[in-house]
Amino acid sequence: MIRRWTSPLEPGLATREAYGRTLAELGEENPRIVVLDADLSKSTYTSLFGKKFKDRFFDVGIAEANMCSMAAGLAAGGFIPFASSFASFLMCKGYEQLRVCCAYMEFNVNFVGSHGGITLGEDGPSQQSIEDVALACSLPGFTVAVPADEVSTAALVRAAAEHYGPVYIRVGRPRAPKIYAAGERFSFGRAKTLSYGRDVTVVANGLMVGVACEAAELAERRGIDVRVIDCHTAKPLDEATIEIAAAETGAIVVAEEHLSRPGLGSLVAQAVTHRHPVPMEFVGMPDVFAESGTPEELLRVYGLTAEHILGAIDRVLTRKVTGAAVVAH
Amino acid sequence: MASENIDVAAIATRARNLRRLVIEMLAAAASGHPGGSLSAADIIACLYFGVMRHRPQEPFWVDRDRLVLSKGHACPVFYAALAEAGYITHDLLTSLRRLGSPLQGHPDRRKLGLVEASTGSLGIGLSMGIGMAIAARLRGSPCRTYVMLGDGECEEGQIWEAAMYAPHIKLGNLCAIIDFNRLQLDARVDEITDLQPLADKWRAFNWHVLEIDGHDYDQILDAFAKAERVTERPTVIIAATVKGKGVSYMENQLKYHGTVPDKPEDVLKALAELSGGRS
Repeated sequence: MIRRWTSPLEPGLATREAYGRTLAELGEENPRIVVLDADLSKSTYTSLFGKKFKDRFFDVGIAEANMCSMAAGLAAGGFIPFASSFASFLMCKGYEQLRVCCAYMEFNVNFVGSHGGITLGEDGPSQQSIEDVALACSLPGFTVAVPADEVSTAALVRAAAEHYGPVYIRVGRPRAPKIYAAGERFSFGRAKTLSYGRDVTVVANGLMVGVACEAAELAERRGIDVRVIDCHTAKPLDEATIEIAAAETGAIVVAEEHLSRPGLGSLVAQAVTHRHPVPMEFVGMPDVFAESGTPEELLRVYGLTAEHILGAIDRVLTRKVTGAAVVAH
Repeated sequence: MASENIDVAAIATRARNLRRLVIEMLAAAASGHPGGSLSAADIIACLYFGVMRHRPQEPFWVDRDRLVLSKGHACPVFYAALAEAGYITHDLLTSLRRLGSPLQGHPDRRKLGLVEASTGSLGIGLSMGIGMAIAARLRGSPCRTYVMLGDGECEEGQIWEAAMYAPHIKLGNLCAIIDFNRLQLDARVDEITDLQPLADKWRAFNWHVLEIDGHDYDQILDAFAKAERVTERPTVIIAATVKGKGVSYMENQLKYHGTVPDKPEDVLKALAELSGGRS
C-alpha cells in the first residue's frame, strides 16, 4: 500500500490551536479580518488574535445569537468576520442567526465551532457536539469543513478568509495527529486521497482521518488494500472523488466523530447511491447523546476506534459485490 | 429645536404619501401588514426626509446612514419611502409580494440591494445594527445606524443580549427606535408579556433613553437630534404610536396587524381619510 502519512502518526497541535494561530497571522496580513467570541476565547484560541488586535476583537459574552448576527452586520460593513464558540453552542444557539443573517442574506461570514464531537470529553453531552456538521450542511449556500490536523486547519481557515460566502469550520479539543506535511495545499470541495488502495475505501473527516489511517495499517497486515480519503469538506462534497473510489474499490466505510445519520455518512451515501451504488458501512455516533469520560474512553465506548473501522471494513467486504456476481445478475 | 432647519410641513406631506402608498400596495397585493406600517410612517418619513444622510443618486454611498427594519413585516412603509425618495419607481410598488418582485413580503437584500439587512424573523435586527455600527467606527465613517424595533419584538431574548452589549462598547453611532404601538399578533402587548417599565429596562442597560409621541414630528426630529449629540452611548427612542394610524377603522384594531381590507369601498375609505388631512 502506498500511503501519504508517516507511521506511526506523530502528535500535532489541536486543530483549535491551529485555528487561533492562523487567525493571528491573518490579522497581520489583512486588516479587514475581525474576530468575535462568546466568552470562550482561551478555549477556542481566538485570544491569540484578541491580544494582538484589540480593536478588531469582540468578546460579546455569553450571548451566541447576538454574536452571530453582529458578525453579519460587520460583514455588511465590509469586514471579514470569524466568530467562534464551542460547536454545540455556536450551531444550536446561533442556528437561526446563521440561517437568516448569513445563509439567507448571502453574507461573507466565517464561523468556527471548537470542541466538536465527543472528544471534548469530561464536560459531557451538553457541551459535546454531534450534530453541528449536519446543521451547518442544512443551510443553503454554506461551505462546511472538518479539518483533520494542524496543516489542513491552517489551510482551510485561510481558504475561508478568501472565500466569499458563509463558512462553517469545525475544530477539535484534543491534540490531533499530523497527517500532512507543511505546505500541503487545500481547497474547499476537493478531498484528499491519502492512499490509493483497491479493496475498500474509508472516507473520514476530522479526528477520524487519523483513526482511519491506523485502521488502514491494521487492515494491510491482513492483506486488505485500503483507500483512505480525507473528505475535509462536507459541503460541497467531492462527489467525483467518491464516485471514483466507489467504482474502483466497490465498498465504502464512512467514519466521523458525529452522528452518521445525518452526517458525512448520509451525504456520502446519497452521493454513492446517486452515482455508483456499492455496499457501505458507517462508523459514527449512534442516535444517542454520549456521557462524561476521557476522550479515549468515549471513542472506545461509542465505537470510534481503529478497531471499529476495521470491523466495518470486514462487514462491508462480506457484502461487496464481485465482478462475477454483477455478471451473474 | 432640531426641527427648526427642517421643513416639517414637507415631512407631514411625505408621511401622508407613505400611508396612501402603503394602502395602495397592500390592496394590490391583497396581503401584508398595514397596522405596523401605518404606526411607523411618521418616524420613517422623518428618517428619510429629515434625518438620515443618504443619496438617492448614489444608493450605495459608503458613508450613508443605515436603517435596519428589524420589524420586517412593516416593509410596505419602507418600500413606500424608497419610492418617495426616488430610489425605486412608484409603479414598482404594486408588485409587492408578487413572484419575482424585488419587493418581497419581508425585506430581502438578495432581491433588493437597498435593503441593508434582510429581516422578518423578529429579534435579530439590533444585533446586526451593532455589527454595522462597529464596522462604521472601524472604517472611521461618520455614518449612523438606525434600527427600528417593534414593541412586541422586545419579547425576543436576543434584543436584550444586544441591549446589554451596545452600551458596553459605547456605540454612540447606533440609534434604536421602538415603534410602541401596543399591539402584537395575538393580543395587546401588555396582555401577552407586559414590557413596562420599558424605559427603565433600557436605562438599566445604560442606554440614552428618550420617550416621545411617535406621531409628533417636532418630538421625533428633536429626539433624533438629541440622539446624535450623545456620542458615548447608544440611544433608544421609545415612540408611542397608534397601530393603523390614519385609517379610522384600522386604528388600534388587532385584526389589521396582518389583514388587508378586502372590500374596494374599505380601500377607498382609507385612501379618502388619508387624503383628507386626517393623519
